[in-house]
Amino acid sequence: MAISQRMARAILLAPAGLWYAVLLVLPLIVVLVYSFGERGAAGGYAPAFTLAQYANLGARWTAFQNTLLLAPAGTLAALLIAYPLAYFLALRVSARWRTTLLVLVIVPFWTSILIRSYAWIFLLGGRGIPQLLSDLGLGDLRLINTPFAVLLGIVYGYLPLMVFPIYVSLEKLDKRLLEAAGDLGAPPWRSFLQITLPLSLPGVATGSMLVFILLMGEYLIPQMLGGGKVFFVGNALVDLFLQSRNWAFGSALAVTLVAIMLVTVTLYMRFLKRIGAARDDVGLM
Amino acid sequence: MTDATGHHTVSAGEAIAEFVNTSKRFGAVLAADSLNLRIRKGEFLSFLGPSGCGKTTALRMLAGFETPTEGTILIDGRELASEPAYRRPVNMVFQHYALFPHMTVAENVAYGLRQRRPKLPGAEIALRVAKALDTVRLGDFGPRRIWQMSGGQQQRVALARAIVNEPKILLLDEPMAALDAKLRAEMQMELLGLQRSLGITFILVTHDQQEALSMSDRICIMGKGRIMQIGTPRELYDLPANRYVADFVGRANILPARVRATTGARAEVALADGLSVEVTAPFAVPPGAAVEVAIRPEALRLALAPEPGVPAIAATVTHMTFFGEHIEYLLAHPVLGALQVMLPRQAERALPGAGVGAMLHVLWDPGAGLILGQD
Ligand SMILES: Nc1ncnc2c1ncn2[C@@H]1O[C@H](COP(=O)(O)OP(=O)(O)OP(=O)(O)O)[C@@H](O)[C@H]1O
Ligand SMILES: [Mg+2]
Repeated sequence: MAISQRMARAILLAPAGLWYAVLLVLPLIVVLVYSFGERGAAGGYAPAFTLAQYANLGARWTAFQNTLLLAPAGTLAALLIAYPLAYFLALRVSARWRTTLLVLVIVPFWTSILIRSYAWIFLLGGRGIPQLLSDLGLGDLRLINTPFAVLLGIVYGYLPLMVFPIYVSLEKLDKRLLEAAGDLGAPPWRSFLQITLPLSLPGVATGSMLVFILLMGEYLIPQMLGGGKVFFVGNALVDLFLQSRNWAFGSALAVTLVAIMLVTVTLYMRFLKRIGAARDDVGLM
Repeated sequence: MTDATGHHTVSAGEAIAEFVNTSKRFGAVLAADSLNLRIRKGEFLSFLGPSGCGKTTALRMLAGFETPTEGTILIDGRELASEPAYRRPVNMVFQHYALFPHMTVAENVAYGLRQRRPKLPGAEIALRVAKALDTVRLGDFGPRRIWQMSGGQQQRVALARAIVNEPKILLLDEPMAALDAKLRAEMQMELLGLQRSLGITFILVTHDQQEALSMSDRICIMGKGRIMQIGTPRELYDLPANRYVADFVGRANILPARVRATTGARAEVALADGLSVEVTAPFAVPPGAAVEVAIRPEALRLALAPEPGVPAIAATVTHMTFFGEHIEYLLAHPVLGALQVMLPRQAERALPGAGVGAMLHVLWDPGAGLILGQD
């Protein structure tokens, strides 16, 4: 009995285990090994054991700076836009409209982000919104290839990923708790701060973690809306692996990015635990 | 105060809250139909009625969660129909408690006090929370999490969270519905003791008649969004105003009859089979009027032979149900239909051999039963 149960568990977990071993753990090990190597004479990788690549990280400081600035900023902006939207959908819209509006939130996903980014290139480019503004006599404004354009693009692209977890946690919030708070003398804004917000923190945590992690590795949107001027670590990696063919340095960059992410996410989890979102009675994620 | 029957009484003078022609409509549903009710200061009032009759709606209007479509509500003499819940001097114990899951027991209880402006000093809050927890016998449970509490304990936390605010009126929406029978009986006693010692007006919503009858100073019987009758448990049981109340509170045989003559508070009526019986007439009825009379199963007697001077209905026993101290007989009469009679155990011994199929005489003592008004 016990053996066949163990067998069953092994069989069920095998596909996922194999998947992660081959496609995640193995490549990570390769990248880690490469990061201590050197650039081959004709590019690529040459075996070595040196910390030279890590010592050289400063050469790509701008990429880190952009990523570490725009990923948290994008997460925060998405959170600030998504929370009121999710709140409205979960608590203010009649059940009849809710599904329709939720579908509308994901409708953009029906088109490739590539095509939608092209649309943004046009909108933010010389003949788009800046043209309109100058026609209205509101002065000259450059939008495309600025940090703002990249921020706009990432918030636009990742908003639904923030909306849904928050929506779910607000949706399952027992509305009678809000009545109880009101009954006990809390005006609406206080019952929001004391009841709704703390109880929706698990959704906030899930959403912001999801968006933040994806943004840290973002490549496409900075590439298209940053025009090579506002680039992320992801763009630097593409450059190093495909253009300069310096695999060792690229690997060091990748390892550093993963390390930064691990530290940030751990700190964030700690923080959430402190303010109570991760308590077992509420349940994080 | 207690009256001769051992019942807690409340002076009829002071009203703590009042429904004045209060109606509430949800789309096509008239959940409350022009309610008129004066709630007395310090009384224990129950709203009793079947599911969907508007009990919760009435309570929620008082708490401020629903605004009346028509009419108004006065609390302590002030017009409050449009006052938001958080500014009303009432507190509610919710049916499923609605305790805050992210707070400890003590934090839950302190919640209402923390909302006060100007702020109360922390030491005073702590003191009052401790006192409220003691009152519901949860003195040591302050630091516990809500999910670590049993159903009955959660119910007491909900109670403490409400009474700590010393509201003018405490509203309770079926607070004991989720408890098992034994715990419920215990909580009923505790609740009653609490009400007497705190002197707060309690309004309890329930659809459990025993609960309403045993706990309330007055009961408000509701049906189809309307108030069918308000009175003490005894009044409702002994003098139901209409068929609805007679049927809902306790059990009753309800028979059509025609008035023959009236003398004061008594009336002589003819049943469908022509038998004349003397019943109580709580209001004036003209001779010849078609009425309904109600008689409790325990007000009827059974005998093997008719007694002189007592009207008797000859009927056949169809069912006998044993309830321990009581036996319930179900009898069939060709014209009057089914009759229920409840006999104490010793009365059964006077009926040797009277099993199912036997022909017995149902005795209707003069003055037993009464004429019902319109619903
Ligand atoms: N928010 C609402 N929207 C629409 N209809 C409602 C709403 N609340 C109550 N009703 C309707 O009003 C009527 C009275 O409901 P209410 O909840 O007051 O009944 P109740 O007496 O408390 O019943 P129960 O014993 O089942 O709790 C019902 O027909 C119900 O369907
Ligand atoms: Mg109800």
